[in-house]
Amino acid sequence: MIRSELVQKIADENPHLYHRDVERIVSTIFEEIINAMARGDRVELRGFGAFSVKQRDARVGRNPRTGESVQVEEKHVPFFKTGKLLRDRLNGKA
Amino acid sequence: MGEKTLTRMDLSEAVFREVGLSRNESAQLVESVLLHMSDALVRGETVKISSFGTFSVREKAARIGRNPKTGEEVPIHPRRVLTFRPSHLMKDRVAAGNKGA
Repeated sequence: MIRSELVQKIADENPHLYHRDVERIVSTIFEEIINAMARGDRVELRGFGAFSVKQRDARVGRNPRTGESVQVEEKHVPFFKTGKLLRDRLNGKA
Repeated sequence: MGEKTLTRMDLSEAVFREVGLSRNESAQLVESVLLHMSDALVRGETVKISSFGTFSVREKAARIGRNPKTGEEVPIHPRRVLTFRPSHLMKDRVAAGNKGA
């Protein structure tokens, strides 16, 4: 499923909404999640999963092609943990 | 900054603000989006949301696990797990927003 198919499904269920509004609704939801993580916040969607930010410490990395050492700075990366209900549903338990 | 936890309520509040639907309808739409994504994943589909990320289902083989406390061997059944791969845009914005945090 890609974004446009998701938008189409929501549009089909909501014939009273303009297609462009459905697109805005879907974009707003994903945009809001990214904005929250960019502030360092968590987004917890019970039954689906939780988005959070993990810190990766600075380390000395190596250029795999040249073998040269490079200093890699500390950075923050997005992380997703699947919710219990979805995990169970994936395994036919709910 | 950081530490705050957002929920469905915050997402529906954003939809309410941005699109001007009722709070109730905004909440229902957030729920529908999550439900359609979950249903597709349960069917085994990959869910690819451009500029957000990709959710995909992976099959894990059975293996012998060990209870770390007792050392006892326990069979781990084959199972399906969900993985999320953030888009470049998400990674860049999360890295930039938390720089020096």
